[in-house]
Amino acid sequence: MPGLGATFGRGGATGFQQDLQHADCILIEGSSMAEAHPVGFRWVMKAKERGAKVIHVDPRFGRTSQLADKYVPIRAGSDIAFLGGLIRHVIETEGYFRDYVVNYTNAPTILREDFQDTEDLGGLFSGFDPETATYDTSTWSYAEGRGGGEGDAQTHTSMAYEERTGAGMDVSGVPRDDTLRHPRCVFQVLRRHFSRYTPETVERICGISREDFLEVADALVANSGRERTTAFCYAVGWTQHTAGVQIIRTAAILQLLLGNVGRPGGGIMALRGHASIQGSTDIPTLFDILPGYLQMPRANEDGQTLADYVEESGRDRGWWAFYETYVVSLLKAWFGDAATKRNDFGFGHLPKLTGNHSHFSTMLRALDGGVEGLFLMGQNPAVGSQHAGLQRRALASLKWLVVRDLNEIESATFWRDSPEVESGELRTQDVQTEVFLMPAASHVEKAGTFTNTQRLLQWRDQALEPPGDARSELWFMHHLAKRVRAHYANSRRRRDWPIRKLTWDYPEVGETGEPDVEAVAKEINGYDVATGEHVPAFTALKSDGSTACGCWIYSGYFKDGVNQARRRDPGDLDAPGGWVSPEWGWAWPVNRRILYNRASADPDGRPWSERKRYVWWDEEAGAWTGYDVPDFPVDKRPDYTAPPDGLAMDAISGDDPFIMMPDGRGWLFAPSGLLDGPLPTHYEPFESPLENLLYPDLHMNPAAVKWQRPENPYNPTGDPRYPVVATSFRLTEHHTAGAMSRNVPWLAELQPEMFAEVDPALAADRGIEDGGWMVIETERGEVEARARVTPRIRPLRLDGRVVHQVALPWHWGYTGDYPGDTTNDLGALSGDPNVNIQESKAFSCNVRAGRRARPATARLSGVRLDQRIGPADDDPPAEYPSEIT
Amino acid sequence: MSAPTEIAIHHVDAGRMGFFTDTTVCIGCKACEVACKQWNDLPADGSQFTRGGSYDHTGELSAATWRHVRFVEIAENGGHLPQLPAGNEVDVDAAVAAMENWVFMSDVCKHCTNAGCLDACPTGALIRTEFDTVVLQPDVCNGCGYCVPACPFGVVDRDPRDGRAAKCTLCYDRLQDGLEPACAKACPTDSIQFGPYEELVRTAERRVSELRRRGIEGAYLYGAGDATGEQLAGGLGAFFLLTEPPERYGLPARAESPVQENVVPATAAAVAAGVLAAAGATAAFALARGRR
Repeated sequence: MPGLGATFGRGGATGFQQDLQHADCILIEGSSMAEAHPVGFRWVMKAKERGAKVIHVDPRFGRTSQLADKYVPIRAGSDIAFLGGLIRHVIETEGYFRDYVVNYTNAPTILREDFQDTEDLGGLFSGFDPETATYDTSTWSYAEGRGGGEGDAQTHTSMAYEERTGAGMDVSGVPRDDTLRHPRCVFQVLRRHFSRYTPETVERICGISREDFLEVADALVANSGRERTTAFCYAVGWTQHTAGVQIIRTAAILQLLLGNVGRPGGGIMALRGHASIQGSTDIPTLFDILPGYLQMPRANEDGQTLADYVEESGRDRGWWAFYETYVVSLLKAWFGDAATKRNDFGFGHLPKLTGNHSHFSTMLRALDGGVEGLFLMGQNPAVGSQHAGLQRRALASLKWLVVRDLNEIESATFWRDSPEVESGELRTQDVQTEVFLMPAASHVEKAGTFTNTQRLLQWRDQALEPPGDARSELWFMHHLAKRVRAHYANSRRRRDWPIRKLTWDYPEVGETGEPDVEAVAKEINGYDVATGEHVPAFTALKSDGSTACGCWIYSGYFKDGVNQARRRDPGDLDAPGGWVSPEWGWAWPVNRRILYNRASADPDGRPWSERKRYVWWDEEAGAWTGYDVPDFPVDKRPDYTAPPDGLAMDAISGDDPFIMMPDGRGWLFAPSGLLDGPLPTHYEPFESPLENLLYPDLHMNPAAVKWQRPENPYNPTGDPRYPVVATSFRLTEHHTAGAMSRNVPWLAELQPEMFAEVDPALAADRGIEDGGWMVIETERGEVEARARVTPRIRPLRLDGRVVHQVALPWHWGYTGDYPGDTTNDLGALSGDPNVNIQESKAFSCNVRAGRRARPATARLSGVRLDQRIGPADDDPPAEYPSEIT
Repeated sequence: MSAPTEIAIHHVDAGRMGFFTDTTVCIGCKACEVACKQWNDLPADGSQFTRGGSYDHTGELSAATWRHVRFVEIAENGGHLPQLPAGNEVDVDAAVAAMENWVFMSDVCKHCTNAGCLDACPTGALIRTEFDTVVLQPDVCNGCGYCVPACPFGVVDRDPRDGRAAKCTLCYDRLQDGLEPACAKACPTDSIQFGPYEELVRTAERRVSELRRRGIEGAYLYGAGDATGEQLAGGLGAFFLLTEPPERYGLPARAESPVQENVVPATAAAVAAGVLAAAGATAAFALARGRR
């Protein structure tokens, strides 16, 4: 989540869901929290019962809207215009929390003279290279400071930057103007940047009436400041856009202006897409980061030493100054005794990043015959991934495919029953992919942790033995690794060193040889190499090779050898601060529940108000104290002033609450860390029936990732064949691609068929009847669905024109007792430049009554007839990443 | 360790237990419906996409659906969709206003004080338990179906596979072990509350006052707190907090069981029915017909 990382320093939700009960106002946008996170929504209901105003902004009136005090309809994909309008309102009406903004954000910081804004350049920031569609970010830096990561951002579309904001950045001696009047100070730049986002503009772009806009704006301002706090909740309704990271940035800027970050009942609750998705970025399944958000070394820097890597990745000031400690401990965890100071702890043997290996790039490479085999674990791309038809065709181009799942999912059966087989494009006898379907143990059949949406690790014990041959992922990876290691045991090739030297000595337990999960947990937590004792926290890690740690941010979850994540004591909920429940599970980092909580106190260390007391300076004890683990060096006085040449945490003053940032401040303006601009700007979704009202020549995010290929055709902007805005959404009754819910009759009967929500006016115009069939079409395919004709989704009046929207749940596929068409057959591959996430929450389409006349993806079946189907023997194109434009 | 809402039940001095379902905090997640089926091992009924059904595809309580979440999308014209003009002349405001009344309600057996089903049952399969709940014993039921029309709420249904009747037991088995019913346990927002009846009624009455204080004038209790003689079926063991007329939720405004129309129903008689069941079907049958 670089949107949060580039603003606050860490890419995770800033607070915890239980804390929402203390919010005075909650704005939910980009999420239908009541439906997709119903258990967490309990705390929103508690807040409402305590008198909080709950606002839901969404294209579709769903269950969340019904429970909110105020529902505001919005055109899908126009969120930055709305939030930008709120920023403008807060600045122009002086509704911001001035003491917070001046002291805790970079609002006073002066920017370079040669920075140019989108308002100067028709939608582009300075530094744009139209050839590569990337930015040189050097002009975005602070005046008289040295920018971070210059030259890096141009070459990589990479998640690696999300936690490395300000890497290599020097902010000493940067001028500030605490009056916020300097024309080049961040505050004034921000003000000019959003000056055109008036309520009238918001109405024309988003379809939100002036009255609704002002009601929301007034509620936010009235419920922020010393005495009150407002919380924001979002989910994939914000992330799945070509400017998704910048939508989240807009909200983060707004929350900083309102002074709501690091305080109880405030913050930004990033609601994750499914169980442990936070965990899968902390200990990543991503291609470009190492555990704990350490950067993956790159192939074009071959010959790089550990020292070079640390210099480039870490930084002098703030918490990332300890970068070397974390990476050395990681190398010790992986390579054990073989990792020595003499061999750079094996750093040179780490795999190197050669380019974009995100999901889409990999599947396109597979489509071209460049991928031999694939493991799918907990993923069903044949239904759940954007442009599912392309995903299935890519699966058909593999030599082998391992699918580990609870059920025989569509990704394992595409060779016999996919729409491509139905259309004759794929013939079962021609598909060469050998599919290995391996039964997986469910969550009750294995022990381990979930890391939930609020960074909380919760351990669960095994309740049952898995049936038959079903095994845990841990078992599978452990035994696979053992076999691979045995295969390479006698190899003398240098490149096999990391496999031969990998420490892999987990004890096995039980009849099935399940690895001891607590032994794995110990390695993640970190231990003293000499004594084998668990380390208590990452502060005990060393850079000399005397400690090993598999994921530094998880360090401490086995503190004292006790499984802290297994704790389930809510504590005294009625005591002051009782809702924090620090002995329920364990949250990273160091069991802290609200991040940046130093900001809950004023610069002198006193609570901003008694009502919002959380963490404060105790003068007598000479320490920070409160209800939570302080997110600050515990004995650093509030009046400590960092010397200009201070290093590491010495460079952070006593009133700098954002300790991960080199200047200790929240970033209204992000001089580094983002690839598509230091400030968010309204761009249209890349498939939109509307022109960009603010930047007509530019239309969409100029740095967005597009894959221009015949298999991935786009709906042209303004094409009258696609006048309707589509958005995808989730139902409470189903889980993601449906493997775990469509196969459970109790759940499947609750939402038995694929449907589309369509407004009565559009339905009448197209002759669509409630409960009848309708077809939704794009350049990629046609999907049929039952029509739910309802005013819960409603037409919007935009700039004198009525725009209709349809909402599509995406849980169905072609197998099982409750089959249905797949919404993801409609979308195109596209990507946010920072994270490669596709734009599935806003795209253009058309609708008609009736059923489709041919298989869903048949319209693309002729596109690649010149290409063979099946694995290729020749090498993939050498310059693969260059296809990304 | 037990959750704070869990209460211990001692059989010796077991009192009346009930459900208070507060529709104002229901989020329509249907966790109750699924938890009920899972605990009671009830099959899926199977369903189809229903016309005009909002998010409700299971439709109604049945022999295999003992909790059912009703979604009522539109208030006016008896449940029809409002007619929005076609083309560009769309009254968005009117559409928004119409949606303010989308309601969710988790429906369940009411465990009536004067339970028509119990009065109608000739075999004594339906009994009143020590928790003052109404439970159907499947091994005693002969499938006559008299209880079905005797229920003024349309709760009781016969299982199409074997003809026997079935309905909510208020998780009698869980109560005996000191556990709250599965639906209440699963409810994330405490829309379904379980507890000692009198206490629950007091909680509900406080809740109504609180909502009215906040300006929700239409809040009222359905099935509890009524004056003697005004009570629905003598008072409901499972009662509801509603904000719209009962018909909106598919609930009757009056709730006399046909079998009780010409008699004075009495809980004592109903209890006797259970006791006498052991003595023979004839006696129970006579009771059911009100010839005492």
